[in-house]
Amino acid sequence: MSIRRIFIPVATIVVFLLLWEWLVWVNQWPNYKMASPTDIWPAFWKFKHLFLQYGWQTLWRTIAGLAIAIVVGTFLGLIMGMSRSVREALYPLLVGFNAIPKATVVPILALMLVGEHNINTILMAFMISFFPIAVSVSIGLSTLEPEYRDILKALGASRFMIFRKIALPKTLPEFFGALKVAVTLAFIGTNLVEIIEPHGRGLGHLFDSAKINSDYPLMFAVLIALAFMGILLYYVVVILEQIFAGWAERSPT
Amino acid sequence: MAAGHSPGSHSESPLIQLKSVSHTFSTATGPLPVLDGLEISIAEGQFTAVVGPSGCGKSTLTRLIAGLMKPDTGEVWLHGEKVVSPRSTVGMAFQNPVLLEWRSILKNVMLPLEIVPNKLSVKEREERARYLLALVGLEGFEEKRPSELSGGMRQRASLCRSLVHKPDVLILDEPFGALDAFTREDLWQTMHTLREEEPFTALLITHDLRESIFLADEVVVLSGRPAKSQYVLSVDMPGKRTLDDLYTPQASDMLATLREQIKIAQGHGKAGGHSA
Repeated sequence: MSIRRIFIPVATIVVFLLLWEWLVWVNQWPNYKMASPTDIWPAFWKFKHLFLQYGWQTLWRTIAGLAIAIVVGTFLGLIMGMSRSVREALYPLLVGFNAIPKATVVPILALMLVGEHNINTILMAFMISFFPIAVSVSIGLSTLEPEYRDILKALGASRFMIFRKIALPKTLPEFFGALKVAVTLAFIGTNLVEIIEPHGRGLGHLFDSAKINSDYPLMFAVLIALAFMGILLYYVVVILEQIFAGWAERSPT
Repeated sequence: MAAGHSPGSHSESPLIQLKSVSHTFSTATGPLPVLDGLEISIAEGQFTAVVGPSGCGKSTLTRLIAGLMKPDTGEVWLHGEKVVSPRSTVGMAFQNPVLLEWRSILKNVMLPLEIVPNKLSVKEREERARYLLALVGLEGFEEKRPSELSGGMRQRASLCRSLVHKPDVLILDEPFGALDAFTREDLWQTMHTLREEEPFTALLITHDLRESIFLADEVVVLSGRPAKSQYVLSVDMPGKRTLDDLYTPQASDMLATLREQIKIAQGHGKAGGHSA
């Protein structure tokens, strides 16, 4: 971790906040049009215990949904990557499923699992985020050059051995690329349920309460908190990627 | 079978033997016969090069010997046993070095030892890999990633990997085909070094006639598709070979003979007209 890798992103965020503050100030925007960072901070501080409590609820349900998405997405990617027929069979279904606006699924889920708020939310986070994982794992596996397989096969390696020694590590960069997309999608999924079907939990609920009470700075504060958690989780993925797939990154020289 | 001396000059149980091997692929445009009654035998310790017009089934030949596929008819024998499935006594190298990007060069070379049953400890495996890497001039590059090496160096590492488990047979499918001329000649000499230190039996598929006579004891010319053995040339270059040996009258004669045979093979391919 060089200074550059921490300093540059932090500096960018500071510049962004200053610019935001300045825009609101210059245009004399009222709070309901656009709250400024200096309005948002007090709103956050006032409800900081709620942010912690609800933020945690949103976070753990997002991570749980993401975990299911990783398991199911990787499994689907595996079977699609290994067999052409499975790939051809599943793609239309998956694409169709992915094309459904997830907001429309929220009431369906709510009816299907009445009162099971945690499960509802986790399911949505999973449904919205498994697709990129499945697709990229399957592409990673199906584009494995046949010579790679032959090198091990000629030595009498089993299918499992070929998978473990070659297919799995070779797919890791694609997997982590998809995981970065899936992380942010999972947050959208969790909040979709929390906002559309408020059941007194999560940051989505806090957002909804703020809306009802016309507390505009609080609404913005929730958005910032969500963005912050998204960034946090994203960097967790980046660190995991560097540990497990750091070899894929070429030195710039 | 066309002119040339008989291919079966090594009578007492050759290490590799192909007995009237035929194979046909079914493609979208119909059946495509690639091998037709191919007979090849390679004695233990012999280096055989196979040349022929492009698309004449040379790569199919390597996959058959490696046990990666079975011929429609005919048999492949290795070490007095019929080949029906892959066996760990084969080492392979391709035009693409297919090194695993996530492993160091050393770990790449050690890969076959993780698959082939052996009694070596991790330390002994490492020593074996280091020894081979030093032989091909890659000392000091053991911990580098493949992406940090040049094409020629990667191919050297790939050769080490194909030899690390002391295979009975080395199958080389145009391993030098993608290299520039000077690197290629360097690697030819490396092959001779390896053969001196680590005697092996080899089958080399190549398009390069100079390469074939520089490396091999025997050059088999395949006819056009569907391929059969058309001509066998015994390379008469005694002693330690150097690149200068390629510029002697004898070498020119051998190259001329091979070129003539390739021309005949190409004619056969056209006259055959087997495309469905």
